[in-house]
Amino acid sequence: MLVVDPSNGCAEHARVAALPRYLRAGDLLVVNDAATIPASLRGETMGGEPLEVRLLSRRDDGTWRVVLFGRGDWRTRTEDRPAPPELAIGARLRVGGEVAEVASVSARSVRLVDLRFSAPSSSVWRAIYRAGAPVQYAYVRDALHLWDVQTAYAGEPLAVEMPSAGRPLSWSVLLELRRRGVALACVTHAAGLSSTGDEALDEALPLDEELVVSAATVRAVKETRARGGRVVAVGTSVVRALEGNAHAHRGELVATRMRTSLRIGPGFVPRIVSGLLSGVHERGTSHLDLVSAFVDGATLDEAYRSAEHEGYRIHELGDVCLVLDGALASDRAGLRPRSASVPAGLAEPLLRGASCAR
Amino acid sequence: MTLRGRAVLITGASRGLGEALAREVGGRGARVVLVARDGAAVEAVAQDIRAHGGEAWSIAADVADKDAVHRVTGLATALAGPIDVLVHNASTLGPVPLSLLLDTDCEDLERAFAVNVVGPFRWTKVLAGSMALRGGGLVVHVSSDAAVEAYPTWGAYGASKAALDHLTRIWAAELEGTGVRFLGVDPGEMDTRMHAEAMPDADRSKLARPADVARAVADRIERAGESQSGARVALSASAEPSGLAVAS
Repeated sequence: MLVVDPSNGCAEHARVAALPRYLRAGDLLVVNDAATIPASLRGETMGGEPLEVRLLSRRDDGTWRVVLFGRGDWRTRTEDRPAPPELAIGARLRVGGEVAEVASVSARSVRLVDLRFSAPSSSVWRAIYRAGAPVQYAYVRDALHLWDVQTAYAGEPLAVEMPSAGRPLSWSVLLELRRRGVALACVTHAAGLSSTGDEALDEALPLDEELVVSAATVRAVKETRARGGRVVAVGTSVVRALEGNAHAHRGELVATRMRTSLRIGPGFVPRIVSGLLSGVHERGTSHLDLVSAFVDGATLDEAYRSAEHEGYRIHELGDVCLVLDGALASDRAGLRPRSASVPAGLAEPLLRGASCAR
Repeated sequence: MTLRGRAVLITGASRGLGEALAREVGGRGARVVLVARDGAAVEAVAQDIRAHGGEAWSIAADVADKDAVHRVTGLATALAGPIDVLVHNASTLGPVPLSLLLDTDCEDLERAFAVNVVGPFRWTKVLAGSMALRGGGLVVHVSSDAAVEAYPTWGAYGASKAALDHLTRIWAAELEGTGVRFLGVDPGEMDTRMHAEAMPDADRSKLARPADVARAVADRIERAGESQSGARVALSASAEPSGLAVAS
């Protein structure tokens, strides 16, 4: 885990098990409890042409917004996958054993379509859980199982890719946080596809995503702010959920189920979230843009360079980065390399002392 | 806790106590997901609950099937919403007639533990994290007096149920303060197919009816907050027509 303190430009390396060290009693950690749907389904046109259907979101009218890929599978990088056969509105497909009709085709890309299944919603869910597989990543050697893409607290199946910042959070860490007086809360956010294979569509990511903020979470955020605590989001999806919700309600968080298409980047002023635990993102992605709303470019660049030097892994199944004002005291020092000889766990979590960009 | 509006998942719900409990909680207004290996049988029960105005869905699965766990719990949550109450009722005796431990195949002992202990562990592991985050939930382990008494020939079943009882206590200790509660229920001797397989010569007139036991279990679920999490409750058949006496 890379720890970055924007207030003083300091950064250090640590194990995720040490997360409780960087939070204070009175802080609130908000996770995305969406379970990950097995959102990749094999399909074919009525003419027998194979395609892959990646679910994006269930729409209010009962249709499913999906991204289509042509023949081939996940072992080919998403951006190298051939486009699907061009489908007109009304075209019928077989998907996971059910029949679906193309209800609309996006003007942005022929890959982005809405499908209306002829079966009722419960049968479609059964087909998804019977025939679907998690969205796979070409950089991973073996196919991921459904259990590989769930957090330790997954509830309602709403995400089509794993809310992966929460992946390393064990209950041992979560309960330790609680023992130390850090409150826990959740949002449910439909973390969307990270890549569509279509450059124009990728640039528009993230598309609008469904989210649920509960009354309990609204209350927890209010109480945290009232006592001067920090609201720490686990994952960009939590930032989008909380800030998207507040953005739609004049800065106030409201308990509701809604959609947001809020884009967050450098210069965005967060109204709810103080800091975040997030993946170590590739440069140029919307995820990294979002992180840039919490830390200046120079500090983040410096910290990322150090992470690259230490061999951090990027992507969904990689390492994580905590960006939080006040996480590090600027007088901490003592550089030690990230090495296997350093024991894991709370007893010796610090892998390398703080280095400061300013 | 009232069952009305709660999402309840029950394993082994195609017959016996599981079926009766699904009908009982469905009748009390819970959204109930019934799981059993026999898809047609469990769907027939779900259909009947729906026909009586309840909300019920069936899912065919074997609780010992590792690959099924996330598919079933994910589907159950998609259909009924985040699970509030998880009832581990499915269990296996192992081959009948029951045999002495010296005559029990190792594979049959393994199978008893896979169904009666490891299965419940896997399912709870997937669902209890969400319960803890939401600040509440209940996990019920259906146990047996064979978990406490060393009945000859009940070795595989009894040892697995004893392990399940201890799992109840350890889950409760680890998740104390999270709002997730654990309850072990020994339903006593019931007039079920499983009982008939284990003890074909038993006098059925002395056995409790699953529907009466289910009512008592549903009552315990609704009053789970009153007992210590991790407690083991023994329901014993009574001669009274009202049904059951309870000993904690």
